[in-house]
Amino acid sequence: MSNQKPPFSRRQFLATTALGAAATAAGTIAMPSVLRAQGAGVKLGVLHPVTGALSYSGQQGRLGATMAIEEINVAGGIKGLGKIDAVLGDAQSTPEGGTAEVEKMNSAGVACIVGGYASNICLATTQAAARYGLPYVVDVGVADGIVTRGLKNTFRFGPGFGVISKTALANLAAINDQAGKPAKTVMIVHEDSLFGSGLAKLLNAQLPQQGFQILETIPHPTPTRDFNNVVLKIKAQNPDIVIPANYYNEYVLLARTMQQQHVRPKGIYSVLGGAASSYKFVKEFPEAANYIMDCNHWFDPRNPKAQALKKKVESKDQFFTYEVYMNYSCVYLIADALQRAASADRAKLTDAIASSTFAGHVMPYGPTKFVNGQNEGAAPVNTQVLDKDIKVILPPAFANAKPVFPMPA
Amino acid sequence: MKGFAPIVAAVGVLAAVPLVVHSIVTLNFLVVTLMIALAGQGWNILGGYAGQYSFGHAAFFGTGAYVTAILQVRYGANAWFAFGAGIVFGAALGGIIGALTFRSGLRGSYFALVTLAFAEVLRIIASVAPITGAGVGTLINLDLGARAFQFQSRAVFYWVILALVGASLVIARLIEQSRFGAWLIAVRENEDAAKALGVDARSVKTAAMIVSGAVTAAAGCFYAQYFLFVDSGIAYGTWISIEALLTPIIGGVGTVFGPLLGALVVKSLGEGAKLVTGDVPGLDLILYGAVLVLVIGFTPRGLIGGFPQLRGWLARHRAPRASSIQEAEHG
Amino acid sequence: MLSPVILIPAILNGLLMGAVYALVALGLTLIYGVLHIINFAHGAMLSAALFAAFFAFRMLGLDPYVAVFLLAPLFFVLGYAAQRFVIGPASQGDDRNMLLVTLGIAVVIENALLFAFRADTRTINVPYAFETIDFGFTFLAVPRVVGFCAVFVVALALWLIMSFTDSGRAIRAVAKEKLGAELAGIDVAHVYAMTFGLGSACVAIAACLLIPTYYVNPTVGNAFVLIAFTIVVLGGMGSVPGALIGALLIGVVESLSGLFLGESLGQIGIFVIFIVVLLVRPSGLFGARA
Repeated sequence: MSNQKPPFSRRQFLATTALGAAATAAGTIAMPSVLRAQGAGVKLGVLHPVTGALSYSGQQGRLGATMAIEEINVAGGIKGLGKIDAVLGDAQSTPEGGTAEVEKMNSAGVACIVGGYASNICLATTQAAARYGLPYVVDVGVADGIVTRGLKNTFRFGPGFGVISKTALANLAAINDQAGKPAKTVMIVHEDSLFGSGLAKLLNAQLPQQGFQILETIPHPTPTRDFNNVVLKIKAQNPDIVIPANYYNEYVLLARTMQQQHVRPKGIYSVLGGAASSYKFVKEFPEAANYIMDCNHWFDPRNPKAQALKKKVESKDQFFTYEVYMNYSCVYLIADALQRAASADRAKLTDAIASSTFAGHVMPYGPTKFVNGQNEGAAPVNTQVLDKDIKVILPPAFANAKPVFPMPA
Repeated sequence: MKGFAPIVAAVGVLAAVPLVVHSIVTLNFLVVTLMIALAGQGWNILGGYAGQYSFGHAAFFGTGAYVTAILQVRYGANAWFAFGAGIVFGAALGGIIGALTFRSGLRGSYFALVTLAFAEVLRIIASVAPITGAGVGTLINLDLGARAFQFQSRAVFYWVILALVGASLVIARLIEQSRFGAWLIAVRENEDAAKALGVDARSVKTAAMIVSGAVTAAAGCFYAQYFLFVDSGIAYGTWISIEALLTPIIGGVGTVFGPLLGALVVKSLGEGAKLVTGDVPGLDLILYGAVLVLVIGFTPRGLIGGFPQLRGWLARHRAPRASSIQEAEHG
Repeated sequence: MLSPVILIPAILNGLLMGAVYALVALGLTLIYGVLHIINFAHGAMLSAALFAAFFAFRMLGLDPYVAVFLLAPLFFVLGYAAQRFVIGPASQGDDRNMLLVTLGIAVVIENALLFAFRADTRTINVPYAFETIDFGFTFLAVPRVVGFCAVFVVALALWLIMSFTDSGRAIRAVAKEKLGAELAGIDVAHVYAMTFGLGSACVAIAACLLIPTYYVNPTVGNAFVLIAFTIVVLGGMGSVPGALIGALLIGVVESLSGLFLGESLGQIGIFVIFIVVLLVRPSGLFGARA
């Protein structure tokens, strides 16, 4: 992407301005005719941080959820219960904001709430919903604390820290073994709030067990304005592998700075890396992104429904990010449970979700199986940026490329 | 006791609200609003009465929240004891910061930014120190019951925070009517003149900061019990420093009811903006910011100062003969 | 960690970052020096300027180093108008109200950007973004070095304006003694507006110099606000050399404490230095008594 005059088409411009926002909104988000049920229907709370620091992820999450709702309604809604009426909420990127929205949704009589996104928001919102026995499906929030408090109403469709770090390290060891064990030393660069710190703690405990030596663990705040010193340390200690765990903006800055300083370890292996498996990152910085591996939430590439959704999202000029397809899947999960429960009663719905074996989602999880609120089959997947595209490299059942490790010089 | 009647009346009316209003949404809204009002009243004691504007009241709020949470989670302390301890720590912190900054003679915007720096230092430490759980934060276990200072019913939380707010109103009134208050106001109006008259400005300001810290810390302790999760951004983030100064200034700085009125207005404005603009992200906040600017423009001395302003405006716009008489009467 | 191979690049990085902070702080210190307010909207203005630089590149094909000549005057006008027609009338001269008005404006700007442009993080890719100057043991990014040189040019330009032009003299007069200046016939509202305009222009320059190596979204400016406030007060409010030196100092302090304490805890270095300096010199390094 080095041409100075990018073909910034009018369509692209519209998509990024208010006009575009209104147009897309009319098409997907605030559509009165499709979503607002006439008469009987089921209310579903859709809660995301659409303003504030997390607004991008929140808006992507809302997009995925509302797309699923629209599809379900166009196909006739839930058998016996009617169309889904989405009650949208803005958590404003804070736990208090999220809690206030839960109260409103409860008062509006929703049967269930989906979303939250950030771990600290989810902790507060699931708790608030628990007061009313209101079932709550967490879309992303990976902190283990979300499902270990014994709250009967709380379900998490995706994996938590514990599973993610275990899978990530097992896969790292496998990739390393396959290549003849060229890597021994590791440095971890993580953001210092709930998700990054929690993950780093687990990695620190488990990496030595897999035979890796941790040279240093570097926390950094979100936002971080400059990564030159971090990269200096990486350069000085020359680890074989760098493991980043942070949000999109910081990940991009880190990758760019490493490129600038000509730092090329044998592998960059992120765990929940903010940009490592992001189409946006690959599109905008192909050189910096090349060969980066990630262990992250990802859709099932062999599932035709997933590919159809990807096309649909990209046709709206949005990137196909994990918030979109995880929320999409969660809504379908809830719809399936509503159908099986044949009722919008909260207790019945909670039981239906708890006993669900839903396979109509787009994630590489297999049918759902909830134990204490956690979907046991949920697991992250390993990706690598190859040929300017993101390929799945592990597990073999879902892979569409072989890992390239170590990174070519 | 004269002067306390309005406080009793206001608290009485507010206390009756849960008996009439059963909407949990509204109750939750009021609980959070009262918590902000409490934090703001703490700020008001230092900023309104003593005239020292602090940009870092999060330091006290966060200390109250963390102490309450940590004592329960790591040391198994009783929740009520932890609550009290949080207030004590807040007061102590006020004493420390006050002693350091007033000793150096920091004033005005310099003082304001030093308090901000203290809040930031605490935030950064809290984000890495093991005792606070560092980035992961501290989660208080859900344990509904009076013993653990958690209640099934939001109404009970409401009455607790209302009691705390009531206490802070009483404290403000007591200060107003005391000699201590007179010293504070003297320092606020003209510190050098006050010193010349024999007021120990440094001790007076530090004392104000101790009280201020205690009251705002109480709001933090309450946050911990209500939301059961504290991390460094929640505890020491600039959001609460801003709320704590915004509400008294809007409501009326240096008045007893200013922070309470300001909190009600500001929070209602936020909710109202959401109702009007619907689900489009950001639009409600644009409206909120714009109305804020307008409110400040029309009531430069806060809303409480707005009542005499309104009276004067009405007087000037009545029939010319009558209005000139009234102008002469009211000045 | 004390090896010069790491220390020297760290110090150089600190200086380069400090230059970025200086560009942001220069505008702020001017606004404080004359209007005596901490401009809460400064971060939001930076975000807006970054968006402007982004669209100048995307829609007009203007390289940021060229766009600066368009955006600086544009933002001067916007800042002038904002002070003259919104902030001034709303605050009616009261410092404390000006504070809250700028806060309200910050909320409006940030959310207007969010509403208009959504929350996606955007970046531009200029060919020299990854070019570096080889210093032997470290590579210095070209855009950062350009920014470093630019800040001295900007500071010099500001000093020349303040010292040798009528407007500059009027600004200095109002900063020193508002009533006297008014009595001497100076239009204070106009001077206030000019100062805010100059401060906004500085922000636009900062944005153009920052965008090659950074990113753009509605909340991006907030990351610089606290540091800018800190630098302005550290250097002495209203002092241009103070802001410059304070910024470079803070940049180096941030870099070194990040090196020794880690990036997270290292942030503390900035604020600790700030507190210590102020406890010893309550009006900042170069400030006049408040």
